[in-house]
Amino acid sequence: MKHRPFSWRTMPAFTAVSWVVMVFFYAPLIILVIYGFNANDLATQWGGFSTKWFVKAAQNDDLVRSATNSLIVATSATLGATCLAIPAAIAFERGGRFFGRTPGEGVLSLPLMAPDIVTAISTLMFFSFVGIRLGLGNVILAHTVFCIPFAVLPIRARLREMPADIEDAARDLYSGPWEVFRLVTLPALMPGIVAGALMAFVISLDDFIITLMVAEAGSTTLPVYLYGMLRQGVTPEANAAAAILLVVSVTCVVLAHAFAKRKSKT
Amino acid sequence: MALAEPFTAKDKVAASAKRRNLIPFLGLPAVAVIVCFMVGPMLIALSFSFLTAGVYGGVDLPFTIEAYRQFLFERNLDDSLSFDNSYLVIYGRTILLAGLTVVISIVIGLPTAWYMATRTPKVRERLVLLVTIPFWTSLLVRTYCWVLILRDQGLANGLLREIGLITEPLPLLYSYGSILFGLVYSFLPFMILPIYAALEKVDFRLIEAAYDLYASRAAIFLKVVLPLAKPGVIAGSMLVFAPSVGSFLAPDLLGGGKKLMIGSLIQMQFTTSRNWSFGAACAMLLMAVVLTVLVFAVRQSKKERHA
Repeated sequence: MKHRPFSWRTMPAFTAVSWVVMVFFYAPLIILVIYGFNANDLATQWGGFSTKWFVKAAQNDDLVRSATNSLIVATSATLGATCLAIPAAIAFERGGRFFGRTPGEGVLSLPLMAPDIVTAISTLMFFSFVGIRLGLGNVILAHTVFCIPFAVLPIRARLREMPADIEDAARDLYSGPWEVFRLVTLPALMPGIVAGALMAFVISLDDFIITLMVAEAGSTTLPVYLYGMLRQGVTPEANAAAAILLVVSVTCVVLAHAFAKRKSKT
Repeated sequence: MALAEPFTAKDKVAASAKRRNLIPFLGLPAVAVIVCFMVGPMLIALSFSFLTAGVYGGVDLPFTIEAYRQFLFERNLDDSLSFDNSYLVIYGRTILLAGLTVVISIVIGLPTAWYMATRTPKVRERLVLLVTIPFWTSLLVRTYCWVLILRDQGLANGLLREIGLITEPLPLLYSYGSILFGLVYSFLPFMILPIYAALEKVDFRLIEAAYDLYASRAAIFLKVVLPLAKPGVIAGSMLVFAPSVGSFLAPDLLGGGKKLMIGSLIQMQFTTSRNWSFGAACAMLLMAVVLTVLVFAVRQSKKERHA
């Protein structure tokens, strides 16, 4: 056997597959955005660049209402989930070994593992059984729950990187627990918190099936409204609305990534 | 390792935990919220699956296993039961499609993760972001993109007609193929990222060593690369299988709702059919499928660790 110079780094077939995968991921998204700007209302032929479908989408009252609902829900759920995620991340990352740790971690990762459709119908039956009818409040409550683990992940990652020494040092200098948290832990943790909040925001904004089952008439969000539009058929207006949703989530993810990578200033 | 670092950061955390033993209580609010609003609802779903379906949705007493019976047997007019495999077929079809999604994701995801893991750290970070972005963008929007491309008046058929390959549009949409396509597109990042995480830690000198010892490329792949990637493949398979088997959007939008799958079947019980207890039973059976696969995956990865 000839001992040819061989580099595992440049397995040509693997490289080719990877680039095909990247095109596979992004081509459909780019095509959607292009369709959104297509002046032709047949949506199949290119009729020149136009923003008229975005204008038309902005004039659709129902669409604007659902987009507003989406923003209200995502903002509230993000706030709720992040406020719960910060202490939870500290507990599981700094708490050492304690009673109920494993079941606690299991519960905390349940929203990640359970199929969305099961969560959706369980929450629907729960609200009907307990008799909670808060309109948009129901949707916010459901979203807060499944956003928690997504907010916890980046905060825990940050805590793991952050040496416990700086907190110990502050404690040695006679800081009380609250001062240590407010003046040392929280500022150092900030990039992780912002990344976690952005992740929760995206997850809430993009959710479809849980909102579809839980939301009553009048409290639908943008994805649910969009789904209704798509069922009627492909329209340039739907393309424009979908493109907006896409751009908002991509922006949030890129921002979250930038924050998660940022070195803390402390 | 333990000898080299007798006093690790972990020990330190454990030691100081005694001093600050109130810290674990900080986890309580989040855990309590999930228990109240997710574990509780799932238990309610479980108990509803053993109740009688109400006429206009909802459930009524008494307790019964009617919903689970309906899954396997059809009740005839004379109240006798006859075996009905139509729901089993839906479950079989869904599990098969989800399994195929896993297999295709491994075949595509492994080379991609390999490519990513062998780049320089800077390029690696960018590639991870590129794979992560689709993972976080709206599933609805991503599925809809394929409707735009595959439908009769869509881009794919338009291009084929321009080239002159076809005169009539090909029925690309509303088939098992399009559902499978959509599922792979939706969940491929769940496969790539865990395999990448496993491969990232690999000492690539192992492969060079294998090569220096005259192993062929095929042997390197089977005996070195595959075992190293295996923990990632197991984790990825689980992460792809669970959402695929419970998916609603891909079968609904790309399958046209004609090829009924578990997700649509459950959703229908709460909208058009208004049979909550049967819907709850279907959801519990779906959970059983997912849990079985999860237990199997955890066993496999434990075996890996001990091997």
